Amino acid sequence: MRTVTDNYFLKGMRDGIPIAMGYFAVAMSIGVAARHSGFTPGQTFLSGMLLYASAGQYAGFTLYAAGASLLQLFAVTLITNIRYTLMGFALQQKVRPGTPVWKRAIIGASITDEIFGITVVKQGYINYLYPAGAWCMAVPVWSLAMALGVYLGNLLPAAIISALSVALYGMFIAIIIPPAKKDRIVAVFIVIAFAASYLFAKVEPFSSISEGTRTIILTVGISSAAAALFPRKGEE
Amino acid sequence: MPSPYVWILVMFLTSITIRVLPLTLFRKPIENTFFKSFLYYVPYVTLAVMTFPAIVDATQVPAAGAAAFVIAILCAVLGADLFKVAIVSCAAVFILEMFLI
Repeated sequence: MRTVTDNYFLKGMRDGIPIAMGYFAVAMSIGVAARHSGFTPGQTFLSGMLLYASAGQYAGFTLYAAGASLLQLFAVTLITNIRYTLMGFALQQKVRPGTPVWKRAIIGASITDEIFGITVVKQGYINYLYPAGAWCMAVPVWSLAMALGVYLGNLLPAAIISALSVALYGMFIAIIIPPAKKDRIVAVFIVIAFAASYLFAKVEPFSSISEGTRTIILTVGISSAAAALFPRKGEE
Repeated sequence: MPSPYVWILVMFLTSITIRVLPLTLFRKPIENTFFKSFLYYVPYVTLAVMTFPAIVDATQVPAAGAAAFVIAILCAVLGADLFKVAIVSCAAVFILEMFLI
């Protein structure tokens, strides 16, 4: 932010540290699920490096144990990960025109919820090395922690797992609050999103919808309402 | 039952396509105001939705998660960066649960 000779890859790696920390507890718990489905630590590590999607991987392991078909697996993977397409569209807006396809592909392939979050809020055009750096920090840790979950099962003390589990959410909050301070409309819709999400999680019949689907419905619904009521004019 | 490797391959091909397609297939900046505005709001709304009430349900004691939620918002309002907010939230849960359990 201060120096002229910014190394975007290293910057991405640094910002990937809290993401990696946040992933740790989540990854361990998904590793436990993978173990129950009969996946080896090696297979689980590989799935982490190739998929890096918490809800998607968890659903995948569960479906395997349930003896689902490949078609079902495809459909569920599509649904649990479709938000990455929305995120890709949002990032596409911030790619300098004329950027080569391979650099665009790297930006797209780097997308996770959190890497998208830290990338999209950066001012100006995206340098592909930034999300790539964050990926190189966060995803190997994610995959190792998941393999560790397969090995260790439930050996980590509950107090540590519990404390680690909020790191991810703390990070989400740190991403959404600064723009909310600058833009009142964003602040209002964040509060609406909290309230609606609470309602959907706790009240029937919404609470029987799967978490991934709830996230899609709420995101599309609330963002559409915001865009219809408060369209953004001109430059971002 | 297919091999776990086939399972992983199907998930990989599906998710990588979803991730890469919007960035490689669509080269023109989006002009439509509604769609542009929609994409502007999506990240904030989706992160808010994913955070609450999940943070309350993630901890052993819901009160500790709720406290971490409030403390994280306060820290972020006061200008703490990603790493600090994440650490303070974890510490809050760890310390509170020592007393609450």
